[in-house]
Amino acid sequence: MLQLDGIHLTLDGFTLRADLSVARSARLAVLGPSGGGKTTLLNVIAGFLRPDAGRVLIDGRDVTGWPVPERPLSMLFQEGNLFPHLGAFDNVALGIAPNLRLGDAGREAVTQALAQVGLGGFGDRRPGDLSGGQRSRVAIARMLLRRKPLALLDEPFAALDPGLRREMLALLDELCRAQGLTLVMVSHDLRDAERLCTDLCLLEDGAISLNGPLAPMLAAPPAALTPWL
Amino acid sequence: MAERAQPLGAAHWAGAGVAALVLLAILGPLGAVLWRAEGLSALGPQDHGAIRFTVWQALLSALFSTALAIPVARALARRRFHGRTALIALMGAPFILPVIVAVLGLIAIFGRQGALNAGLAVFGLQGIEIYGLHGIVLAHVFFNLPLAVRLILQGWLAIPAERFRLAATLGFTSRDIARHMERPMLRQVLPGAFLVIFLICTTSFAVALILGGGPRSTTVELAIYQAFRYDFDLGRAALLGLVQVAICVVAGLLVLRVALPAGMGTGLDRPLERFDAQGGWQRAGDMAVIALSAAFLLLPLGAVFLRGVTGVAGLPGSVWQAAERSVVLSLATAALAVVLALPMALLIARGRAKGLLETIGALSIAVSPLVIGTGLFVILRPHVTPGSSALPVTGLVNALTALPFVLRALVPAVEEAEASHGRLARSLGMGGWARLRHVLLPRIRRPLGFGAGLAAAMAMGDLGVITLFATPQSGTLPLEMFRLMGSYRTDDAEAAALLLLGLSLALFWIFDRGGRVNAAT
Repeated sequence: MLQLDGIHLTLDGFTLRADLSVARSARLAVLGPSGGGKTTLLNVIAGFLRPDAGRVLIDGRDVTGWPVPERPLSMLFQEGNLFPHLGAFDNVALGIAPNLRLGDAGREAVTQALAQVGLGGFGDRRPGDLSGGQRSRVAIARMLLRRKPLALLDEPFAALDPGLRREMLALLDELCRAQGLTLVMVSHDLRDAERLCTDLCLLEDGAISLNGPLAPMLAAPPAALTPWL
Repeated sequence: MAERAQPLGAAHWAGAGVAALVLLAILGPLGAVLWRAEGLSALGPQDHGAIRFTVWQALLSALFSTALAIPVARALARRRFHGRTALIALMGAPFILPVIVAVLGLIAIFGRQGALNAGLAVFGLQGIEIYGLHGIVLAHVFFNLPLAVRLILQGWLAIPAERFRLAATLGFTSRDIARHMERPMLRQVLPGAFLVIFLICTTSFAVALILGGGPRSTTVELAIYQAFRYDFDLGRAALLGLVQVAICVVAGLLVLRVALPAGMGTGLDRPLERFDAQGGWQRAGDMAVIALSAAFLLLPLGAVFLRGVTGVAGLPGSVWQAAERSVVLSLATAALAVVLALPMALLIARGRAKGLLETIGALSIAVSPLVIGTGLFVILRPHVTPGSSALPVTGLVNALTALPFVLRALVPAVEEAEASHGRLARSLGMGGWARLRHVLLPRIRRPLGFGAGLAAAMAMGDLGVITLFATPQSGTLPLEMFRLMGSYRTDDAEAAALLLLGLSLALFWIFDRGGRVNAAT
């Protein structure tokens, strides 16, 4: 589904090297220290950064030279996922209509997406009037509505308390299964990864030092993983 | 942070004393004006005309400055090109640019015999007129467009980078970005920018002095000057002064909050990461906007340089003497401004009566320099001749005018130095001079240099109070230049303009550099 093929990128003295493959409907956690290159990796996949060498393939198509909006993916950022002057409904609707012109079917789909994340009836609320968890739900609803096969998550719940974070991960888990989404989530918490993901890779100093299915790694943790347990 | 256990040291008494002096130096003349204006006949029709004109030209100036600044700020926000940093730094320059020099440059381009009219004549079109409303608005736009660009650019850069990335993943077009991100930002930023520029333009004196003056283009400040200088009608000058105070009180306090640069465009040169607007037309449009605005700002200054450069060596002795007086005056003003600002900043940073002190420090913005000058004249008249007190009074008023700017630069740095090293210094038993010399001054050299440079350059280029008092023997360089323009000695005026421009920039540069060399932070 997603394949990084000999990616090489140098930015301000930092070098990222990555070869990686993520199967359809797999959910990969990218773990690593701050400054290790996690966000840079996501930015290469999303198209915000162009690698110096190597290819990005999504669904077997080489998208390395594609502009950001044309890549078949959604992204959740650490913060700033919502526009403060728009209500929850409009914020979700932007996922399918950047000009906010929706047909009846569109309105129905937005309403449904909000209901799916448990925010039915909250459409008029602006982000300022929503709690942190509710804001995350709005962003997730938009991601679902877009129906892009690949989702990139850049520590989207880092600001939430542990209880809410668990709740969001459970919600995502359920919705990913329903849509068969392929997911790449950057995190610095192994327990978050455990709740949602099927695979794990460790990114340190711009290089992938560990990569594989999550369950066996947790059963018999390799030495590289011990600091994260 | 107020540390109440600390006894009030000598530095604190100095700060309180200075604050009291500043208050007296501003309120004293204001009181004198009030006292003199009492019981006088109401304002005449031409005075009402002046009030209307003041508001009207300020409205137009603010409207054009902000409207034109939007495309310029947008282009600067989303394009990277060579000279971008320099252009943004240039947007901070009007603060240290002598008004009269810029106006002379504008006359060279837009005046009756200017480059633009010459161009229009080639196509058989009628020329434009720079004196009167047009010219005043043009000059105000010249000075305030950069300010508006800076304010709006700040708004653009305050949009989180993540939001632009989000917009890209959602497939926003430039139009969608304008609708969901840029227009909401502009709705927040524009009213403030408009208001600040409107208020600055209601109090501008030198521009109106040079380009206005007829019955249909007299501002309130200009009317004060005329009442004082031509009719010697102190009562009417005082009454108009009160009107100006009313305008300024509203104006100044708001201006201080939004308008002052913390540095010369520092931090504004980060380009936005944009994933839209990559089309050829949009790119070309942005570059055209940038080229036009750069030309608008640079051509008048270039004209001053080209026309003045041959004449500098042949300037008459009177101009050189005025230049000498101006340099001395400007150095004295910078020194006085720093001497006033430093103790006040120390006291403000300690959190003692912070609100009161900050209000006193900002007070001079709310009172027109011309009104303070008039008041000082009323006070001093029985004791000294106006001519002999022209330079000291000008220096004092200029230092008071510069005080809010210097404070604005100093206070955050002093607060930071205190917060980071104050306790350490106290635990080492360092007090008074030792602390000031070894802990504080090394850490605030940069803003001190910047503030002193700003004060020096503002004093160098000032054409305000000096016009009230000066005799031919006590004129400053801007005043001498104004006289040369008035007697149509254009060549000499242009050479003097170049000299004035050079001196202003040099003074600012020397102080600002001096603060940076070997600075601790």
